[in-house]
Amino acid sequence: MFFSSLHAQQRLLSHLDWLEAEAIHILREVAGQCGNPALLFSGGKDSICLLRLAEKAFRPGRFPFPLLHIDTGHNYPEVIGFRDRTAAELGERLLVRSVEDSMRRGTVVLKHADESRNKHQSVTLLEAIEEFGFDCCIGGARRDEEKARAKERIMSFRDEFGQWDPKNQRPELWDLYNARSHKGENIRAFPISNWTELDVWQYIEREKLELPSIYFAHQRPVVKRNGAITPITHLTPAKPDEEVINLQVRFRTVGDITCTAPVESDADTIEKIIAETATTTVTERGATRLDDQASEAAMEQRKKEGYF
Amino acid sequence: MTHPLEDHGLLRLLTCGSVDDGKSTLIGRLLFDSKVILADTLHALAKTSEKRGLQDVDLSLLTDGLQAEREQGITIDVAYRYFSTGTRKFIIADAPGHEQYTRNMVTAASTANLAIILVDARKGVLTQTRRHSYLAHLLGVPHLLVAVNKMDLVDYSQQRFEAIKQDYLAFAEQLGIRDVNFLPLSALKGDMVVERGDKLGWHQGPTLMEILETAPGAQRRHAAPFRFPVQYVCRPQDSANPQLHDYRGFMGRVESGHLKVGDRITALPSGLSSTVKAIELGGAPLQEAEAEQSITLLLADEIDISRGDMLVKSDEPPLQTKQLEATVCWLAETPLERTRTYLIRHTTRDTKAKLTGIAWRMDVNTLERQEAAQLAMNDIARVSFKLAQPLFIDPYEKNRSTGAFIVIDESTNNTVGAGMVTL
Ligand SMILES: Nc1nc2c(ncn2[C@@H]2O[C@H](COP(=O)(O)OP(=O)(O)O)[C@@H](O)[C@H]2O)c(=O)[nH]1
Repeated sequence: MFFSSLHAQQRLLSHLDWLEAEAIHILREVAGQCGNPALLFSGGKDSICLLRLAEKAFRPGRFPFPLLHIDTGHNYPEVIGFRDRTAAELGERLLVRSVEDSMRRGTVVLKHADESRNKHQSVTLLEAIEEFGFDCCIGGARRDEEKARAKERIMSFRDEFGQWDPKNQRPELWDLYNARSHKGENIRAFPISNWTELDVWQYIEREKLELPSIYFAHQRPVVKRNGAITPITHLTPAKPDEEVINLQVRFRTVGDITCTAPVESDADTIEKIIAETATTTVTERGATRLDDQASEAAMEQRKKEGYF
Repeated sequence: MTHPLEDHGLLRLLTCGSVDDGKSTLIGRLLFDSKVILADTLHALAKTSEKRGLQDVDLSLLTDGLQAEREQGITIDVAYRYFSTGTRKFIIADAPGHEQYTRNMVTAASTANLAIILVDARKGVLTQTRRHSYLAHLLGVPHLLVAVNKMDLVDYSQQRFEAIKQDYLAFAEQLGIRDVNFLPLSALKGDMVVERGDKLGWHQGPTLMEILETAPGAQRRHAAPFRFPVQYVCRPQDSANPQLHDYRGFMGRVESGHLKVGDRITALPSGLSSTVKAIELGGAPLQEAEAEQSITLLLADEIDISRGDMLVKSDEPPLQTKQLEATVCWLAETPLERTRTYLIRHTTRDTKAKLTGIAWRMDVNTLERQEAAQLAMNDIARVSFKLAQPLFIDPYEKNRSTGAFIVIDESTNNTVGAGMVTL
């Protein structure tokens, strides 16, 4: 045999067990090291995994943090309903702060009325951090989502202005996480950094997690715009010259209606989604975030400004 | 099982090599051949390549990350990449090769189970090869794989491969490196990466992908004594459920060893002992737990335990000490000095610490020991610290968890040093 010790006795943790154990460890480090953390919950699949992981980390106790949703006001109603139901079932506190309030305060100014509000979430998030004095926000971002995230730390440091400086991140060794911060600074903790989209779907299947219905294949009126499938909603009407068609689609991420596109799919069960994901040829954000396509460096720019 | 994928767990690997040895190309190929380089990523790449005036899609562009680095054309931080073969998941820590980036390589190596050390077949073993091997060995990466790349440029010569192997073995022995394997390949053409190709027929061993698929994960942790640093104590007193009124769960990750219900444990620093009443994972009871599992422990007796304490089996205690001998890698621009007080984080425990001496500093290029009065960024040295609170330690060689610590500068909260206990 190539490796002398290959057949040593240790029972191997499956990759999902290992990822789960790592994420639980990270969540407990946040609880142990931070005085006032919050968990960012959007109703999306990644944050749904986070909630299950938090249950595994802290039950039978309560979560040592509230759930926080930064609401763009541009959500699919299925997702908001799901968000409220889930928080109620868990019996955990849900805080909602909305971009529309920031607009009323004048801290968010849109270039035009139906502009994507994704990037403006940063402002509202920073306002919520200040309002509640959060020293850490737990998020569901993954390193495989986008190139600029590949070097992201698990505990990522943000300065007083919420800025992420790629040159000024703390080295992260072993599983010794440094979530210390001074007043006004903030840590973003990413317990599922090491998960891929496929891992997420496999975990959802294994744990039998419920998801908003728009993740599963359904009929939806759409138009094809610049090669991407654009759903037709009250916020995103068809242009006069466009032909609206009914397509069988599902969403791979959920977010601001104006910039989240579905993919064509017949996958109406988790099993089928896993099969599709395992063989898919398009990355998650590339396919479905219309605002990332503009530039390879778009995400990095947004992160510097305080995006998750 | 509702899905068809078998599961051989997860392997963390580190890739190191000098600039232009073909590291990015190799990683690109691993990702590409395992079908994880997805079509639209390639689409974006084709555009970047055009801008740089390249003709073909350059596999190495897939592994560059941040804007600033793309502008400079070099990789300056650790990047993590993922691929899966369907039966095993892989995490690649990609650290840059420049010598001023010792700290990045140390960071990347700290979590790796296997290191791929790239050697250019035309150049053979270089100073950097020695440095990378030394660092991987220092950080306790259990398996080293020397990949002799660009075999296509030396006519796939077996003689050349053997010469490099002998060269490497000579110095590996000096460093005490034992578990090392050799593989000839061409990252560019793909020989011996996933496919064997038809040019390296003289080589008998498995391909790179076969090696990765079968490399062991984390044996040592299992064989080592049981170590359970307490992260968090769960006391759900406010619960409406009266059964939970006396519930006290000690939450943490088994850093090494294994444990079963009924085992006798001792809490440190108190020294008080009890018996394991139950082990839980996500509310479900377990009969036993092993290294790397995050669990909750319930004890038969009510003893006072909080975050930062460590539970161990009563018959295999670690060393309890307020004096630390260690090899450190200095990570920060501000030097390590005797006059300052630092914070040391070891498992879940923090203590104030002062440097009491520097025995030697390693020149990572010549691998010679030198005298030093202070340490600068990227220095590696044998030092001693005096601690305000005791730590419960094992030598790093025996335990990569309880033998490791980080040094934190309290004024900035930055992580400024990485330490490995030598006792
Ligand atoms: N002929 C040949 N060229 C290679 C091989 N691997 C990499 N290269 C080339 O060597 C150069 C440097 O490779 P790159 O992957 O960027 O090196 P890195 O600096 O180690 O990441 C590129 O032009 C590659 O195309 C190989 O196996 N054979």
